[in-house]
Amino acid sequence: MLLGRTANGLYWMNRYIERAENMARLVDAGLRMALTRTQNASEEWNSVLLSAGSDAAFTQKYSDYTAANVADFLLRDTSNPSSTMASIETARNNARMVRTALTRETWESINEAWMSLKRILAKPIDERDLPSVLDAIKRETALIRGAFYGTMLRNEIFDFSQLGTYVERADNTARILDVKYYVLLPSISWVGSTLDNYQWESILRSVSAHRSYRWVYEADYKPTNIADYLILNVRMPRSLTFCYRFLTEHLRFLGDDYGERHACHVTAGKTQAMLAAGSIKDIFDAGLHEFLANFIRDNIRLGDEIAQDYRFN
Amino acid sequence: MAAFDEMLPEISGLRKPYSAYDRWLKEQDPARLSEKMQDAERVFRKTGITFAVYGEQEASERLIPFDIVPRIISGNEWRRLTQGIEQRVQALNAFLDDIYHRQEILRAGRVPKELIAKNEAFLPEMIGVRPPAGVYTHIIGVDIVRISENEFYVLEDNARTPSGVSYMLENRETMMQLFPELFQQIKVRPVENYPQLLRQSLAAVRPQGTKGAPTIAVLTPGSFNSAYFEHAFLADQMGVQLVEGQDLRVVDGHVAMRTTEGYKQIDVLYRRVDDSFLDPLTFRPDSALGVPGIMDVYRAGNITIANAPGTGIADDKAIYSYMPEIVEFYTGRKAILGNIPTWRCSEPDSLKYVLEHIDELVVKEVHGSGGYGMLVGPAATKKECEDFSKKLAAKPSNYIAQPTLALSTCPILTDKGLAPRHVDLRPYVLVSDRIQIVPGGLTRVALKEGSLVVNSSQGGGTKDTWVLDD
Repeated sequence: MLLGRTANGLYWMNRYIERAENMARLVDAGLRMALTRTQNASEEWNSVLLSAGSDAAFTQKYSDYTAANVADFLLRDTSNPSSTMASIETARNNARMVRTALTRETWESINEAWMSLKRILAKPIDERDLPSVLDAIKRETALIRGAFYGTMLRNEIFDFSQLGTYVERADNTARILDVKYYVLLPSISWVGSTLDNYQWESILRSVSAHRSYRWVYEADYKPTNIADYLILNVRMPRSLTFCYRFLTEHLRFLGDDYGERHACHVTAGKTQAMLAAGSIKDIFDAGLHEFLANFIRDNIRLGDEIAQDYRFN
Repeated sequence: MAAFDEMLPEISGLRKPYSAYDRWLKEQDPARLSEKMQDAERVFRKTGITFAVYGEQEASERLIPFDIVPRIISGNEWRRLTQGIEQRVQALNAFLDDIYHRQEILRAGRVPKELIAKNEAFLPEMIGVRPPAGVYTHIIGVDIVRISENEFYVLEDNARTPSGVSYMLENRETMMQLFPELFQQIKVRPVENYPQLLRQSLAAVRPQGTKGAPTIAVLTPGSFNSAYFEHAFLADQMGVQLVEGQDLRVVDGHVAMRTTEGYKQIDVLYRRVDDSFLDPLTFRPDSALGVPGIMDVYRAGNITIANAPGTGIADDKAIYSYMPEIVEFYTGRKAILGNIPTWRCSEPDSLKYVLEHIDELVVKEVHGSGGYGMLVGPAATKKECEDFSKKLAAKPSNYIAQPTLALSTCPILTDKGLAPRHVDLRPYVLVSDRIQIVPGGLTRVALKEGSLVVNSSQGGGTKDTWVLDD
């Protein structure tokens, strides 16, 4: 038996842990672009902020798209509810609320991540330290994940946690693709200029897939392959298909446990079936942007339905 | 006057309960001990055993300082204490039952009527209500102080929702981690079964109509409450749900919690929410921490609330001064554990005395707790005494006064070695069809030299408390 509020806390705890890490990844990708390309750095930072869904809030506060401003806003600024620091803080508050549902190891890893990031992010980040700060964020979230996977019982508590992780991750990957969808469109991509190469690498970097891409596809970046990798690849842990494979699986476990299926089962099932049947050519033919916009909308709906079906509030 | 030190009284030397520990301590390298002290702090910080201090933005989560020198009580001393505590707890429950029913103690003139009728802690809603199994105070923390080898006094009866038991358990856990060898050399009675005892005790007082094993839950005001860690800890250790008011509602005459599969009935609620917040339909209408309608369910006998609403009338500081009479009235015997002499400022003669001697006395608000709203005369400045006198004269019935007792001391480990500090003791008592007292309790220690205020919100720390199996 699990309280609806506890399921809610587990779900959001994991969404925010995922988000804390995604912010670091986005800044990492932006930093790489800014370092390798002297021109148009501000455009890159702009698309980083768009991917983070934080562009409007950023421009209210800053006029310049600089590494220091963006890193500060996305990593440290607690007035930005999606910043790494704010996310870790929210994740920890949720973890505190659901503490009785967590193993000691999981709780301690979150508590320690919060303590150490609070220290690391206490002062504005010196640009020279940015790489090590990003590493520290990724290390802390990796430790949480390790403690979580290593110690948690695979029951409903685990299922609701995973739902949070994969809804957030699917949203994140879809947004990264949507912000840059135009650089993947065939009209431009067949040219394959150096500029495009940078853009493509940046997309892969934002999901930490620039190395693994080469293990799966040929060495050259090809937009259809990149889109295929991030949307349809079953083995790539941040692809939309991967996320939905696990979302439907955990929803199925819950449905079996409780002996009841809900609207969220139908929604997740539809999206998964659509991904399973789709080819990257079909997606491009029908319009990549339209595809992603629909996906993001349905994914948000799934989150709302999970909350309603399992009485989160 | 030097206070009685429980380990090293100046005249008689080392006391027997501490002899084995002292032998061990002398063999230890001081550097290693201070390392252990830091280890302990790391353990507490990492596990998040923190408490919130209201009104402090910066350090909103703080640790209660932990001292590694245990407070040791012999088996004999403990037996005497438990007899006194048991008697007192029986009297408290009998008093509550009487006060909410026939009020014989008032008719007999042993406790003044006005003291009850005008008291905010007295709940008219509880008149004529008999809680399941007739138990009012399921969990009690009796604060005890010692002033000499044989003199123990009750400082306060915490009959509402005594806190701190998680520290008793975590302190022991930490000590066993830091010094496993000590527990092999010295036989200390265990405390770690407290959560199981609490669960059994709560299950034993379930409503009569409960079918099968009762569903128990801990009700917390939420994760921003200062004692939230303890609420979560106890729910976890008992293996029951930790609920908030927003999780609960009345469904078909029962209290039910919102689960992922719908509403599920609760039979026993261990609430850590004050009376006034318990039911917005009966008490404070603005309360979001309680359950609308829970009092109706309670009156119908369909839920056990622990502790029962309205138990505050028994641990009120104005009632406290009548405890010797109360104990005698209901148990027919003199109180084994004494009270500290108390002046009720509502009485003109007492008020006069208190105002004249304010610099020698401890003056407390009747409804205050946590060490707030009190004056420790000998430690206060002249100005503080004068200001307090004005408050006192303006509303005398709001205050009681007690002599500043030389509370016993127990050494703590400082940078300069052992140093005596004042301590008190809060053993935890469980009441169901029987009374159980876990051998030990929470020893609170005033870390500042000479200070008598042991409250954690006022710079107090804690120690592991050992009852010897001798």
